[in-house]
Amino acid sequence: MDVKDKMEFPGQVHETPDGGFILSKLDDIINWARSNSLWPLAFGTSCCAIEMMQTVNAKYDWSRFGFEVMRATPRQADLIIVSGTITMKMAPVLKRLYDQMPDPKYVIAMGACTISGGPFFYNTYSVVKGIDHIIPVDVFIPGCPPRPEALLHSMITLQEKIKHETYFKKETK
Amino acid sequence: MTTEELKQVMTDLLPSSTFDETGEFLNVIIPSEELLPVMKTLRNREDLFFDYLFCLTCVDWKDHLMMVYFLNSRTHNHTIVIKAKITDTINPQIESLFSIWPTAELNEDEVFDLFGVKFLNHPNLRRLFLEEDWVGYPLRKNYEDEHMIEL
Repeated sequence: MDVKDKMEFPGQVHETPDGGFILSKLDDIINWARSNSLWPLAFGTSCCAIEMMQTVNAKYDWSRFGFEVMRATPRQADLIIVSGTITMKMAPVLKRLYDQMPDPKYVIAMGACTISGGPFFYNTYSVVKGIDHIIPVDVFIPGCPPRPEALLHSMITLQEKIKHETYFKKETK
Repeated sequence: MTTEELKQVMTDLLPSSTFDETGEFLNVIIPSEELLPVMKTLRNREDLFFDYLFCLTCVDWKDHLMMVYFLNSRTHNHTIVIKAKITDTINPQIESLFSIWPTAELNEDEVFDLFGVKFLNHPNLRRLFLEEDWVGYPLRKNYEDEHMIEL
């Protein structure tokens, strides 16, 4: 997917001599707006968090893709990027943070530890073997840690997922 | 003091102590019952004056547990390693060093948490990292639980 396709407005713009009008679906407009204004929670538990901070900063700058500011409270966040090992002791905290986020909320599992426990899969007493045991995950991104490009790709994938959600369209049975 | 001088001092202090000089520092292995009087001497004697306990840990050798104490003197700039052998692995216990070096408090909490060594006369012996209701001591060789996948 090309980055420049991302900002394309979902609908047709009809020009008229004294202005113009737009024809679109409400679902598409809402999802377009929502997906380009995702606020992640500032949450990092290990070395993946260092890579995530790098993605925030000037060189990669995820604000270009509509992720904007990181929030320090789950009550203002739309998205939690679980970046790093989750231990048994951290698991209840992660669950509580997820429960405190307002709907609709999304989860990205960043790195090998959050997918399966990664290097801590065998012979460990303290590491949760995959955060999908605790909270539902929208996008898994492998790597140890993933590169910033990979994280950006996972977030753009999440935006694609959001764009296909429906609020007003009746479900056809 | 040099390693040789420290070795002489330890032999005079406790004839039953054995030595191991393979590491960077002089390793002295003593029985766990002798720990407190030996440590008190090492801390207080003018020419030894080990005022800094910079590492406290434990090793599980399956048939016994070995407490390891790294001591340093900031005035004399010499270092020694005291190892105390605990033969009872079912109910291991040893004297706490909190009365000599207060820094031992949290280190001993950690050893209690992960190895289950009970420290006598410790001011607040509790689990430091794991939850209070955790069953077992994870760094013991015979530890197992239902989450653990053996390789």
